[in-house]
Amino acid sequence: MNESQSTVTNDVILKVEDLHKSYGDNHVLRGVSLQMQRGETKVIIGPSGTGKSTLLRCINQLSVPDQGRVWLGDKEITSHHENINSIRAEIGFVFQSFNLFTHLNALANVRIGPMKVKGMKKKAATTLAMEELERVGLSDKADAYPAELSGGQQQRVSIARALAMFPQLMLFDEPTSALDPELIGEVLEVMVSLANDGMTMLVVSHEMGFARSVSDEIIFMESGGILEQGPAEDFFTSPKEQRTREFLSKITELYGD
Amino acid sequence: MGFFQFAWNILPELLEATKMTLWITAGSIALGFVAGIFLALGRVYGPRPIRWLTGGYIQFFRGTPLLVQLLVVYYGLPPYLSTLGIRISPLVAAIIGLGLNSAAYQAEYFRGAVQSIKSGQMMAARAVGLNRVKSIAYVILPQALRLVIPSWSNELIYSIKYSSLAYFVSLTELTFVGKKIALHTARTFETYIIVAVIYLVIVLIVSRLLLTLENRVRIPGLGAPVEHR
Repeated sequence: MNESQSTVTNDVILKVEDLHKSYGDNHVLRGVSLQMQRGETKVIIGPSGTGKSTLLRCINQLSVPDQGRVWLGDKEITSHHENINSIRAEIGFVFQSFNLFTHLNALANVRIGPMKVKGMKKKAATTLAMEELERVGLSDKADAYPAELSGGQQQRVSIARALAMFPQLMLFDEPTSALDPELIGEVLEVMVSLANDGMTMLVVSHEMGFARSVSDEIIFMESGGILEQGPAEDFFTSPKEQRTREFLSKITELYGD
Repeated sequence: MGFFQFAWNILPELLEATKMTLWITAGSIALGFVAGIFLALGRVYGPRPIRWLTGGYIQFFRGTPLLVQLLVVYYGLPPYLSTLGIRISPLVAAIIGLGLNSAAYQAEYFRGAVQSIKSGQMMAARAVGLNRVKSIAYVILPQALRLVIPSWSNELIYSIKYSSLAYFVSLTELTFVGKKIALHTARTFETYIIVAVIYLVIVLIVSRLLLTLENRVRIPGLGAPVEHR
């Protein structure tokens, strides 16, 4: 579909095919398909309740889709033959509400995955965790418990926790929506540097500045489906759909340019 | 003989019996702890038949008198066990009887604590790649066990006092020995006052230890703020 894509076309990290999900009578996802190449960053925008978060959760099977298939590389996540835990270990997930483990300090939060999922020794895992905390600028907060950190710091630790698993793909579910405005910048900064480092990222966010500056493609979702998608510049300057234009002007009003 | 002289004279025998009381309490609370955790996890995370079974167990043991349960275990179980070639001592029978009962109550405390943990914790654990069992072991239980300490303290204190029911299965624990002394010396009132004070002292010490434990394992942001007593 994307003939103009400059990256190697054969290196598809994520493939989502015709995903459907209902909660009771509420048909949240109505046949979503998308594809991501290694190193790409895509930002999903759209009105609330259109299934953006559900889509992310269906990708790593935190919610089990009713229909459709998902591949990470050549492994089909939706297949019962694959071990979901080892696939999830390769997909970083960053939550809107951080969800750091309350009883563990920042270091232990980052270390738990390498140790308990991958069986890494404590010493090696500690070194790795410190490196990841360093990467998000929080090595001085290694001993702090989540309750002792600001929202922005918690979110950065949660990014470090995901990074410590060396994920092939990272999913961000409105990572800055729960943050006070003055704390958003520090999280976006980390995400920008990740994108620049070549991390493959699928981000649900209304941070238009971020979308514009680092995303290879914007995906506009509405009513459980993808209404429009395209390279960031085209998307913002000349959106094709009337609904996209309306949404963008509303967002611009709210968040500024 | 004055009260204090009397107390001094019977104290050695009562303290010997207190050891038995402590053994019964320790055994039943430990059995109840392990069984209670599995019951609670079964009730929260188990498939429907397991939830139904664990719920039934809890209802049964909370819905029938503890003394009756104890008598059933003491008189009812040994004949069946002896056909299997197993003999259990009165102490073991008391620990099993009291422990099975305690498990039902502890399970409810644990369930409450497990269910009070935000769903995001489990979700994040699974997202990192931990399977369900590991998520429970490394994320849910460490938090739930901290949260449960204040209410669990009640159960431990009850267990100390319920150990006196072992009197009915002829274990030489504190109440039983107190009764014996009261009969022999005919100083019933004083004897039972001394017995009561010994229970009280145990309970006060245990409460203090639990508070220390609670503060020692406390983590900022988990549970109520520090309380000093």
